[in-house]
Amino acid sequence: MMTEEILAKYKPQKDNLIQILHEIQDAHHQQYLPEEELIKIAKYLNMSMSSIYGVTSYYTMFSTKPRGKYIIRLCESPICDMLGSDKIAIKLKEILKINFNETTSDGLFTLESSECLGLCGNKPSMMINQRTYTGLNEDIIELIINDLRNE
Amino acid sequence: MKKETRIALKNLGKINPENIDDYLFHGGYQAIAVALEMQPITIIEEIEKSGLRGRGGAGFPTGIKNRFTSNSCNDCERFVVCNADEGEPGTFKDRIIMENDPHLLLEGMLISAYGIGASKGYIYIRAEYYLSIDRLKKAIESAYKRGYLGKNIMGSQFSFDLEIKLGAGSYLCGEELTLIESLEGKRGYPRIKPPFPAEKGLFGKPTLINNVETLSHFPSIITNGAEWYSNMGTEKSKGTKIFTISGNVNNPGFFEVEMGISLHSLIYDFAEGIKDGKTFKGALLGGAAGTFVDNSMLDAAMDYDKLKERGASLGSGAIIVFDENQSIYDLLYSILRFFKHESCGKCVPCRIGTAQLLSLMDKLKNEENKLEIINEILFQSEMMAKTSLCPLGQSPILPVRSAIKYFEKEIISQSIIVNNF
Repeated sequence: MMTEEILAKYKPQKDNLIQILHEIQDAHHQQYLPEEELIKIAKYLNMSMSSIYGVTSYYTMFSTKPRGKYIIRLCESPICDMLGSDKIAIKLKEILKINFNETTSDGLFTLESSECLGLCGNKPSMMINQRTYTGLNEDIIELIINDLRNE
Repeated sequence: MKKETRIALKNLGKINPENIDDYLFHGGYQAIAVALEMQPITIIEEIEKSGLRGRGGAGFPTGIKNRFTSNSCNDCERFVVCNADEGEPGTFKDRIIMENDPHLLLEGMLISAYGIGASKGYIYIRAEYYLSIDRLKKAIESAYKRGYLGKNIMGSQFSFDLEIKLGAGSYLCGEELTLIESLEGKRGYPRIKPPFPAEKGLFGKPTLINNVETLSHFPSIITNGAEWYSNMGTEKSKGTKIFTISGNVNNPGFFEVEMGISLHSLIYDFAEGIKDGKTFKGALLGGAAGTFVDNSMLDAAMDYDKLKERGASLGSGAIIVFDENQSIYDLLYSILRFFKHESCGKCVPCRIGTAQLLSLMDKLKNEENKLEIINEILFQSEMMAKTSLCPLGQSPILPVRSAIKYFEKEIISQSIIVNNF
């Protein structure tokens, strides 16, 4: 969907900013907020670019850098941490050959971390885009990533 | 022994959450029908009499909050807001309610709005909860179609509009005044209290903010009466509570039981004991902004005030259990890292303090004067509790003080072990 179409769905009120940012980011194939789109939002809501930037930089789900087709959010809450999410993190970095907050060169995966995803059990959890994965171990991670690569 | 008492989860597994007819078949939207026959003030009185307390973590009496918001002005615009920004580590009760019974939450909001005279409501939900959002959207859509939302609900004079607003990844936005800032589309910076939301909340108007679980108790209280509800639980902690148990247990999950149950029963009867035949070392009650306990507290009753008397907290109902192999140093480190990451940076004590605490934990590993450093960690957290603007900076003292109380020797010995990262 075009930015103009998304904006037209909302009244030009500042309290709609976060909702608009979500929709525009989700609609972008690189799942991010390019500056030219932010300028359109600023005009529409009659806000300064610095106020918009204040919001995009505050919330961890917003990105002003291009991201991959799949955003991996590994839960690193104290619980998942205690249950071995550090091992999953190492494995993910090894398979994807990137660090956290980086994107693979083929543009497929971006690796991020998240605070508690509310999927607490006795194994670590993560999300990939809208899908949730729990009960993770190092072998499963490999299978999940391979599946997505072949999709 | 192992029997749940379900109120917020009463329809779990019995209904298709995406089908309003299923909800109606199981008595759905009958409580709002009953409520609409009552005077709004009677609703507030019923909630007060029921003894229901906020299930988000603070345990503030829900009825009093309703009354404050109702009394704050005459005939002015008011809002009801549902806090669905669940994010306290180890807590996933609200997600379970929203995914499995979204109409129950809607009905709870309707009752609460009718009680205080609000005609507009918002559900502020964290954006990572995709399934919850999807089901709530479908529920709202079908409720509008059937006349349970919108103008003249069920033929009455009462009208109510409801909207979902997304967060975007911020723990702090679960704090009620910060949540309001975020609802207004701003950075999640906390506001100075007072004024409280009941006087000046969303867009400067009186606003009633309740947690998902709290609101999910409203329909049953109205249908069955305050007395029915207050017969459950303990003297000052009435009704039921969903506990979410995670960590080194055989059966992690969520369990709705009457208040007053012992920690031992939750861990051994419901979560089926410690995994792999290991022994219980301790638990963290109430998430990161919660308190550590050891096995001397297994007999404790899960009751807001009784736990407080013993220096612990019930909080959101999260119980993170760990066995003999868990390093308390590592767990405390992880908690303090979490606070540092989530500190918004608005007030100095929290911005600097959360970073200081983490560097003191590093220092503990590298230096010899360990007792001195532990005292410094305690001192800094106390100072933060006294001077920070919002609950985030006021929270590290809870896990810090309790970890030191029960596990000081271990923290010291574990900080000697070389970390092979």
